[in-house]
Amino acid sequence: MDFATFVQILDSTMRLATPLLLACLAGLFSERSGIFDIGLEGKMLMAAMCTGAAAALSGSVWVGLLAGIGGAMVLAAIHGVASITFRGNQLISGVALNFVASGITVLAAQSMFHQGGRTPPLSGGARFNPIDLPFAEAASGIPIIGPIYAEVLSGHGALVYVALLAVPLTWWVLYRTRFGLRLRAVGENPASVDTAGISVVRLRYTAVAITGVLCGIAGAYMAAGLQAGFGKEMTAGRGYIALAALIFAKWRPWYALMATLLFGFFQALALRPDVIKASVGFDVPVPALDALPYILTVIVLAGFVGRAIPPRAGGEPYVKER
Amino acid sequence: MTRLPRWADLVLVPLISLLLAGLFSTLVILSIGQSPVEALKTMVDGAIGSAYGWGYTLYYTTSFLFTGLAVTVAFHASLFNIGGEGQAQLGGLGVALVCLALPWPHWTLALPAAMIGGALFGAAWAAIPAYLQAKRGSHIVITTIMFNYIAAALLAYLLVDVLKPVGQSDPASARFPQGTELPTLHEIPGLSLIFTKQVPANVTLFIALAACWLIWVLLWRTRLGYEIRAFGKSEPAALYVGINPVRITMIAMLISGALAGLMAINNVMGESGRLLQNSAEGAGFIGIAVALMGRNHPMGVFLAAILFGFLYQGGAELGLFTSIPIELRTVVQGLVILFTGALDHMVRMMLGVFFAPRRGVR
Repeated sequence: MDFATFVQILDSTMRLATPLLLACLAGLFSERSGIFDIGLEGKMLMAAMCTGAAAALSGSVWVGLLAGIGGAMVLAAIHGVASITFRGNQLISGVALNFVASGITVLAAQSMFHQGGRTPPLSGGARFNPIDLPFAEAASGIPIIGPIYAEVLSGHGALVYVALLAVPLTWWVLYRTRFGLRLRAVGENPASVDTAGISVVRLRYTAVAITGVLCGIAGAYMAAGLQAGFGKEMTAGRGYIALAALIFAKWRPWYALMATLLFGFFQALALRPDVIKASVGFDVPVPALDALPYILTVIVLAGFVGRAIPPRAGGEPYVKER
Repeated sequence: MTRLPRWADLVLVPLISLLLAGLFSTLVILSIGQSPVEALKTMVDGAIGSAYGWGYTLYYTTSFLFTGLAVTVAFHASLFNIGGEGQAQLGGLGVALVCLALPWPHWTLALPAAMIGGALFGAAWAAIPAYLQAKRGSHIVITTIMFNYIAAALLAYLLVDVLKPVGQSDPASARFPQGTELPTLHEIPGLSLIFTKQVPANVTLFIALAACWLIWVLLWRTRLGYEIRAFGKSEPAALYVGINPVRITMIAMLISGALAGLMAINNVMGESGRLLQNSAEGAGFIGIAVALMGRNHPMGVFLAAILFGFLYQGGAELGLFTSIPIELRTVVQGLVILFTGALDHMVRMMLGVFFAPRRGVR
């Protein structure tokens, strides 16, 4: 693999890792507060449809983004009501919402646009257009660092940078603010948080809402950044890969960045079977690359590479009085 | 929260949940500008209005019986097996390998062998997550989800690069020999008077019904079933009476995987006659809805499987004859899971108002 191809693959790694990263951070907030969320996939899909539809109707990608966040928030709210207020099974609620999202997005897109369950192709101001970072043009002449800056880092849609900035922000919120301390505490031991006079319910709802916002951004990027419009099942399991990345990262923000970049790199490689063949010398079946994130996650879960210990109160509804 | 009487918990709660799911489905149909009455009429006509429709409904029911029972057995051990889809796909691989291995002379010989193949492959695919849960504490929900995707990738590879015969373009195995064709309800003497046209429902239906009864016997009439249920209710209590958690986790998941794998004799052997990509077509996931709706009892699973068979066949008819997309059935499926599985406490709270003690004892 020559350097130019490598830069190309890194470039698409950035783009493919973005929705994974956003969804992974979304899951991080929810799970750190003790609410398991396997409905990331459904929320992203819902957001993608809302963004695709709103951007197509208004012509503005920002209206689309807002609609996407709104769509994901609705599902997040249902998940919150089911798992916080009614103390339902969080896993089942997540599974259910994934199905609802999978079906309802097609129904809505079909009834609005009559294009076989898709939204109309987006272009111009209805998409996230590439932003050139300062001096990208000038720097591209510098060997090695130049192309990496100009090709890999520069020239992506706005949400790629939002996703990257969300990593230090999440770290800061989680480890350097009072809210973050409480959030982590409520995921480990809600009773102690309750004893301190802080509302477990409110903290968890806040976390679930943040999950909704981040999933909304992820979905918006799918429909108006990575692709131009919504299509049936367009998230294609990314919510689950994000979940895998979250476990791989052991529920920590910086590791989430690394895990999603790694999984994004696998996805980018899977798109270029010719490059794989040239660099390893034999045909690696594309499905093997597709399965790699899942296999790695199982290995991590099995505890062969350090132990992945989830937040202790995860998945259990909090009952105040017994 | 008021404790509901047993009958209310068993009958009323699922019924109300179902009604709520129906209500919201109606709202969905209304909101996309279609008529719910017409939709229901199309579904009833197409799925249960004729013997031909029943032939399809029962075909889906058969698949859902297997996957519903699979989820049920795991649920009783307090394990949430979301991997039914992957296990059913691997079961399909097992069935296909058996069917293609020999020039089977007659289906009565091929069927038992294929059942063993499907069950073994399904169980094997459930064994790894089960082992990781039992021995290393990896959460079975996450590992089974991962194994669904690994199964899909594995089959995509096998069908394109290994099992696809030379000169065929679509990713599928070769056709199974003639001797593996299972008789459909149309071909069974006696039943052919009812099912006058060729239908996909086949003898597997009777195997699924037998499985229902066997699982009931297993869970409520054997020592192993008692151990599974005790373990599911309370792990510490089970440990105290000497039940081995590793053994129960493994056995419950192996049975669960085997049941999901057995589904393949219905769709792979009975219907398509060759192994196709994505052969399970979501039936593994519908098993979750069926088990929740059926309150984890084989009798309930039986009723819920018929309901979902109706929903599936009816939904297909909607896609064909109305402008309501076929995806409506995914929405209904999701709503049923939501109301029966996640919002069941809400339903109980609602009902609790009516069953509250009159004289204010509590």
